[in-house]
Amino acid sequence: MKDLVIIGGGPAGMSAAIAAYESGLRDILILERDEHLGGILQQCIHNGFGLHKFGEELTGPEYAWKYEKKIIDLGIEYKLNTMVLSVSENKVVTATNSTDGIFQIKAKAIILAMGCRERSKGALNIAGSRPAGIFSAGTAQKYVNMKGYLPGKNIVILGSGDIGLIMARRMTLEGAKVHAVCELMPYSGGLARNIEQCLNDFGIPLKLSHTIIQIHGKDRVEGVTIAEVDGNRKPIPGTEEYIACDTILFSVGLIPENELSQSANVSLSRITNGAVVDQDRQTSVEGVFACGNVLHVHDLVDYVSDEAEIAGKAAVEYINKNTDAELQIVLKTDGKIRYTVPQVITKKKDVAVYFRVSNIYKNVVIKVTDGDKLILSKKKIKVAPGEMESVALKKEMLENVKELCFSLEEV
Amino acid sequence: MERKLTCIICPLGCELTVQLEDKEILDISGHTCPRGKAYAEAECTAPTRTLTTTVRCSDGSLVPVKTQTPIPKEKMSECMEILNGVTAALPLAIGDVIVEDVFGSKVVATQNKP
Repeated sequence: MKDLVIIGGGPAGMSAAIAAYESGLRDILILERDEHLGGILQQCIHNGFGLHKFGEELTGPEYAWKYEKKIIDLGIEYKLNTMVLSVSENKVVTATNSTDGIFQIKAKAIILAMGCRERSKGALNIAGSRPAGIFSAGTAQKYVNMKGYLPGKNIVILGSGDIGLIMARRMTLEGAKVHAVCELMPYSGGLARNIEQCLNDFGIPLKLSHTIIQIHGKDRVEGVTIAEVDGNRKPIPGTEEYIACDTILFSVGLIPENELSQSANVSLSRITNGAVVDQDRQTSVEGVFACGNVLHVHDLVDYVSDEAEIAGKAAVEYINKNTDAELQIVLKTDGKIRYTVPQVITKKKDVAVYFRVSNIYKNVVIKVTDGDKLILSKKKIKVAPGEMESVALKKEMLENVKELCFSLEEV
Repeated sequence: MERKLTCIICPLGCELTVQLEDKEILDISGHTCPRGKAYAEAECTAPTRTLTTTVRCSDGSLVPVKTQTPIPKEKMSECMEILNGVTAALPLAIGDVIVEDVFGSKVVATQNKP
């Protein structure tokens, strides 16, 4: 029996554990499948982490260490190299490692912090055989930054997510030639600063509204045919272009890793691919919380840490039996706003609502309404799908509210 | 002359506009903080970047490193070449100096290695 079991020792899991400890809980266990804490941050050796949280620009491992050190100093228990096999609805965690074998722990509360994984080439249906030289951007990142291998010398990257952009720079610095970054959408999913410092700095072309339509080569990648796509994302005949290359990196999105959530019968959102949660990041299963990229994919780790603190504190409140729902406000969106987290508010307290938009919009007003009643509005010069937004709801605003609709209007 | 820049100081990515005459900066707009203004000034006079990469350790493994302060942008590949020839002695703690001076910056470890 444990008070709190946290699944995943990345930025979300560590931050949740520290927040729970600081709320007075001591009986905490973190289960981590890798051989180190910190999760994917350990291979993100570039800087840019921590500006919000620490007011300084840290690299991934430095950001991770801020939390890891605290975990060690506070004496919070963790097990590395430990794979969780399942989580049941009544909060029994089944896990395995090479010293304990298969073991079960009953927990009073569980925090799901398993993170996300990369969408693979298989999800894209690109023609061609299966030559060597095709990697997800994150796999290439691990090879280059942790193992010291360069996966190839002539590279084409599909997808302009941040990992793809970061890897374009990284491979270039290590001596590879990145011929192009192709992006299916007419805009990049990555941060503007990364397009500037990872592509423009090195003269790497970003081909918007382009995709790979064929991969050439049998044993090893020999080249790709790319083409421009129309408004329906279909290749336009006559725009094909052949690029010789030995390696293709895919940076085509991240998917929250929710197999364990499903084993616990947690309801998932079809938009975020993560759990449906309330303001405390509690899922549909009482006492099971979710935070970080397993809940919805974040672009900044600082926000992952913030969210995990909410879950960590709330898990302690749950264990101390202070969790009666006071109300039931469902958060809805208009489509231009794709989703919100949380999706439901059950307590009268200040709530930061995070959301993403479905397209690039300029000069917009974000409106939060209850029927005809305007609760809150916020102007933005520019919003983009790649950049998570938030609004702060004050508890007074939740007075007599039945549902909250989040909409976006162009001015 | 007008030059458009995307600020890289923080994830906001502000669109900056710099009015230039020869190499003299007449006006900077579009920034939301003083750091953005300083970035635009530097970018139009002497652009710099923080370089992050890895260095080989004495046991053959890698340690991630960074330049403690930004270095001239055009010196990045030269800096990579210098660091490719360096072997770092273990153990290492975050912040340990691996190279004293490359283009005006120390190169420091960004990960603890036993």
